[in-house]
Amino acid sequence: MRTRGTAFYAQLAFTLVVCAFLIVPVALSVTAGVTVNFFQGVRSGLTLRWVQEVWRLYSETIALSMMIALACLAANLVVGVPAAYVLAKRRTWLTRLIEELLVVPVAIPGLATALGLILAYGTFGGFRTSWTFILVGHVLFTLPFMVRAVLAVLSSIDLRTLEEGAASLGASFRQRFTGVVLPNCRSGILAGSLMVVTLSMGEFNMTWMLHTPLTKTLPVGLADSYASMRLEIGSAYTVVFLFMIIPLLVAMQLISRPRTAAVPQEPAVAFTAAAPEPGA
Amino acid sequence: MTSIRLERCAKTFADGTRAVEPLDLEIRGGETVVFLGPSGCGKTTTLRLIAGLEAPDPGGRVLFDDVDVTEVPIERRNVGMVFQSYALFPNMTVEDNIAYGLKVRRAPARARVDDMLTMMHIGELRRRRVDQLSGGQKQRVALARALAVQPRVLLLDEPLTALDAKLRDGLRIEIDGLLRRLGMTAVYVTHDQAEAMSLGDRIVVMSRGRVAQVGRPRDIYFAPANRFVADFVGTMNALKGVARDGHLELPGGRLPWRGARAGEVEILFRPESVTIVDAARAQLTGRVLTSFFLGDRTRVVVEGVGATPLIVETTERREFAPGHAVHLALDTDAMLTLDR
Amino acid sequence: MARLVAVGAGGPAGVAAYAAIVQEPRYLRAVLSTVVLAATVTAATLLIAGVAGVFLQRNRFPGRSVLVAMLTFPLAFPGVVVGFMVIMLAGRQGLIGDVTRLLTGTKLVFAYSMAGLFLGYLYFSIPRVILTIMAAAEKLDPRLEEAARSLGASPWRVVRDVIVPGLTPAILSAGAICFATSMGAFGTAFTLATEIEVLPMTIYTEFTLRANFATAAALSVVLGLITWLALGLARTAAGSSAAAAA
Repeated sequence: MRTRGTAFYAQLAFTLVVCAFLIVPVALSVTAGVTVNFFQGVRSGLTLRWVQEVWRLYSETIALSMMIALACLAANLVVGVPAAYVLAKRRTWLTRLIEELLVVPVAIPGLATALGLILAYGTFGGFRTSWTFILVGHVLFTLPFMVRAVLAVLSSIDLRTLEEGAASLGASFRQRFTGVVLPNCRSGILAGSLMVVTLSMGEFNMTWMLHTPLTKTLPVGLADSYASMRLEIGSAYTVVFLFMIIPLLVAMQLISRPRTAAVPQEPAVAFTAAAPEPGA
Repeated sequence: MTSIRLERCAKTFADGTRAVEPLDLEIRGGETVVFLGPSGCGKTTTLRLIAGLEAPDPGGRVLFDDVDVTEVPIERRNVGMVFQSYALFPNMTVEDNIAYGLKVRRAPARARVDDMLTMMHIGELRRRRVDQLSGGQKQRVALARALAVQPRVLLLDEPLTALDAKLRDGLRIEIDGLLRRLGMTAVYVTHDQAEAMSLGDRIVVMSRGRVAQVGRPRDIYFAPANRFVADFVGTMNALKGVARDGHLELPGGRLPWRGARAGEVEILFRPESVTIVDAARAQLTGRVLTSFFLGDRTRVVVEGVGATPLIVETTERREFAPGHAVHLALDTDAMLTLDR
Repeated sequence: MARLVAVGAGGPAGVAAYAAIVQEPRYLRAVLSTVVLAATVTAATLLIAGVAGVFLQRNRFPGRSVLVAMLTFPLAFPGVVVGFMVIMLAGRQGLIGDVTRLLTGTKLVFAYSMAGLFLGYLYFSIPRVILTIMAAAEKLDPRLEEAARSLGASPWRVVRDVIVPGLTPAILSAGAICFATSMGAFGTAFTLATEIEVLPMTIYTEFTLRANFATAAALSVVLGLITWLALGLARTAAGSSAAAAA
């Protein structure tokens, strides 16, 4: 490599500007969340008052979001992992069709899914007002991500040979599934799980339509605070949210790295292409 | 015909590894020079220094026809490059690949592309996509592409390594003919000594970033300058013995010794310098350890002559059973000793 | 989903709900402005993320991994948070407002306009596209660039003839997902949009405030169709270019 020319520094500067665009508002909002009066600036002093305020006003949304995220994960593990296994194992026109349909949630905006759900089941009174109504939406939304994450790993290992090997040694179907299949797609399950939890925690589009005053999740609370509370409270709430998802993000980064290194084929792109779509 | 000169060219990478120690080398115009060595010896880095893909450490200079081109980037050095992985542009047809260098120069391409297609016998592939070609075809296209711009020098980085053995032989003969016909200065990197022997006017044997020996193929083979070259190029037998009174005493017999040195000496010789003889004419005697029938000849591994087994080759048709005695005579003119 | 299509068609006005979208200028305008906005965001994101992604993949320098981490950190922000970030930047108490007031005396506030929405969509699109581009750039064969340069290609020609064609499948798929996400982005629009008619907002307003279920459903179906079409087109295009690049 030659000594770095102007092209290098121009691109570096450009990248830094992009990075600033993404990070500066986060920094501002963290600052605002712990500042006495953001309008006056940090000079007005630092305080944890806003964070406490958030806790008082919105702790229920945080608890509900966590509960839904975990329930959503459980449902994904029970339904998604076996589904991925079946999809990987049997290659028929039906499984191929289902695999194609897995991109649908990306294509159909959450808003539309929510409308569909309300129009279809909204009339069952008790169900409509319960948090399980939101859960159903979240599971619908996240399931494809789990299935695809597990499927990606399953199709990168030679599942058939592994299973035939285990069978030749006398393992029953159940022993094969728990002793060979599950351990080998552990990284996929882990990646999928983290993604499911992150997605569920941040899901707004659908939840906003599905929620009732008694079933508010964290992002719904966020929107509410942005609209009706002072900037400092909104900021403090955002900080709380960031603290909750950062560990998930870090974990996701950590496990995605060795996987892309170990499986040079497709996963890197497939993984990011299948990455969460919470931005919407 | 462009000559190339490297002056004190060293290359240290960003992580601190020294790929090439300071190196001086002169390549004459029209000459084919082969860089030969094991992987990681610095041969490819040296080629990339000539190409302009790497810059030498400060103080090093690359000269084409005595003009310093060290600061000239590769796109203006006018070199043709052929890579092991072909590096054909997948988004272009065969024709477009060959024409690329001409188009970049805004030079008329049509007639030249026709010539190249004919020269490399790939006229019928003209409109094919790159992924529809076999390995051998790809390398022909890559050669045509590199030659189309009439480069000053042709640089080939293990161009045959990715091909299977039979194809490799065919294309090697073709490349050899091409280089002789075009009379172009060419630098060829390989780890395959047979390739190096048959293609090179001169061979530069490299080891750990240094030049181990430069010479014509015959010099390299028959008069290796050091132990590394002796071991890396071809098969070499080594025997340690004691020189005394015009003889060299070995565990398995004795040989006439005309060398000046007395005391402990090590001699080196190629398998083909040894002949299997009957007991009456034997200079050395050992036992068959194992043997490999190779079709045209048999390779016999003989123990008991020296500390390490000897490798002997013979065209005799009989079998050599392990444990049987073998009698050997050595062509003493072909015997080598290395100082150090 | 089928239910949604049926409700769209089976409402009080029947299939008329779909016809209304074409006839009623307000709906049509919302559809068009959403498509234009999503397309602009996609183009801008691809350009920005393309430059930054290739740069980050190609160069090793101290602090690079921190930079990558920061650029991909907002990946998991929900739309509402992204909207809030735009408010922090360009809102009434935002940074840009403060800076412009210091410089020119007038406060520049554009968070609640189309420009603010554009910024917000850019915000959540860049991290994802950068990741895809980086992964794709990693797989480009550096020998191809070297070959092009040895044949005399300038750095710009190398970008045009080697790097961009090599990245095409990734650009197409990342672009399609970026477009689809921007089409359906509701959270950001919801946080910001006081005066902007983009499709998700129109659907929301029709449904909640006007209880116009049929129109909301019909608009949702249109929205879904457009995004699905974009994804499908990109898949086909990426498929054929990937085949050519194989």
